[in-house]
Amino acid sequence: MIGRFGAILTGDRQADRVVPPTGYTANLTAFTAAAMAFLSVFALALSLATDRLADRWSQELAQTSTVRISAPEGQLSRQAEAVMRILETTPGVKSARMMTNDEQLKLLEPWFGPGLPLDTLPIPRLIEVVESGNGPDMAGLRLRLEAEAPGAILDDHSRWRKPLISAASRLRSLGIFSIALILGSTAAMITLAAQSALAANAQVITVVRLIGAKDAYIVRAFVRRFTLRALFGALFGTVLAMLAIYFLPSAAQEGAFLTGLGFQGWHWALPVVVPVIAAVLAFWATRIAAVRVLRRMA
Amino acid sequence: MLELKKAAFDYAGREILSDMSVTLAPGTFHFLTGPSGSGKTTFLKLCYQDLIPSSGTLHIFGKDVRAMDRDDVAAVRQRIGVVHQDCQFLDHLTMAENILLPLQVTGHEVASKLRDMEELMVWTGLAEQMDLLPPVLSGGERQRAALARAVIMSPDLIIADEPTGNLDWDMAQRVLTLLIELNKMGKTILIATHDMNLIRMAKNQVAARVLRIRQRQLELAGAEL
Repeated sequence: MIGRFGAILTGDRQADRVVPPTGYTANLTAFTAAAMAFLSVFALALSLATDRLADRWSQELAQTSTVRISAPEGQLSRQAEAVMRILETTPGVKSARMMTNDEQLKLLEPWFGPGLPLDTLPIPRLIEVVESGNGPDMAGLRLRLEAEAPGAILDDHSRWRKPLISAASRLRSLGIFSIALILGSTAAMITLAAQSALAANAQVITVVRLIGAKDAYIVRAFVRRFTLRALFGALFGTVLAMLAIYFLPSAAQEGAFLTGLGFQGWHWALPVVVPVIAAVLAFWATRIAAVRVLRRMA
Repeated sequence: MLELKKAAFDYAGREILSDMSVTLAPGTFHFLTGPSGSGKTTFLKLCYQDLIPSSGTLHIFGKDVRAMDRDDVAAVRQRIGVVHQDCQFLDHLTMAENILLPLQVTGHEVASKLRDMEELMVWTGLAEQMDLLPPVLSGGERQRAALARAVIMSPDLIIADEPTGNLDWDMAQRVLTLLIELNKMGKTILIATHDMNLIRMAKNQVAARVLRIRQRQLELAGAEL
């Protein structure tokens, strides 16, 4: 297999001349390969970014939980203190901290605007719990809280985490599916271009077969041409996409998702496989098309 | 070398050739003649496997044509040099490249044959046309180039379909002389032609057998030629 590709790259330039140059088809094939490679690299970047986002969300939410205390004015402080005592003695709880009024105000600000009179509103008290190891026994902790602080509700974030992880996983699957679709379309377009080139060169094929050329020779001439076009077209598209991703605006908190679209670390090496896959696809698509057309011409 | 036994060829339900039996032994010289439309070109196509007999048997170089796969057919064609009536060149290649094409497509060393090619071009009077493309050549020039291409591989069997049809008498004589020389070197020659003068001239120089197609059947022509 590697030998075949090697032969295609080194090739027989004189043999290439047997098939007349087809500038229009050549340019279309190279353009298609470039466009598909460009889209593949973006889909790949999207998949990897979604992966990272899912990991981050998962980690950030997995290690924390919140206790929300809703109780009549007179009981709020007493129940909050009871909850703090329970949390301090619960295994798997690294730390527990009651959020200040200012912190709660900041959380509510996006919805209610600044200057919210928190003192006059029956806002529940929030306790941020940081977990250690595998975290506490949530069911047992809930029972203890229910017994000693009936207004306390433990939220272990699983309610938030699951749809987020599910959405991220769905996005990643969509990215992979898009790459598969792009590769399939590339193969289909190269097959059509190869069939068209073979049909346009039916007379050439007839002549070279009459003077003793074997099918393998004819197939090689077409396969080499389309493989190289796809390889160089895809290489161009990949480089262009990588440059576009590299020059995306730098990360900012507000647009973390969009600006996090680029590659990180060794992931920058992954797009290199796109032109290789395009060349392999072109090789097999042209080969299958050529063999089929030659058999039909017999 | 080539043996037909009770071979026939039908096309679209119509019998073109029937009940043909003939053997072309190695080193023999044959003419094929007959009126226009009698099936001479069809017979030649059977000989270089562009067509397969509808019935009967055909063995080429000892192999049954029906038992051959596509690679076998290609291998057989490498041993046959054909001058087609319509010449059939690749129009985007120069005449020199066209003549070297059989060597190139069969993986033979081209560089070592460049001198042979130049000599052939000079001999066929095409030295000046080496770098020209086929469409700018006259019918006669194309026919001579087709002959050069057919013999460049030094094939065992040379098949020519009206090779002198577009040539003046001098050039026709030269072409015949080349074919007779090749025959003396042991090559088998089969020429389809209408040109009785050419046949008579050849018979004066070589033991040529004349086959004739009459009413779809192959027969040996008599002494009237």
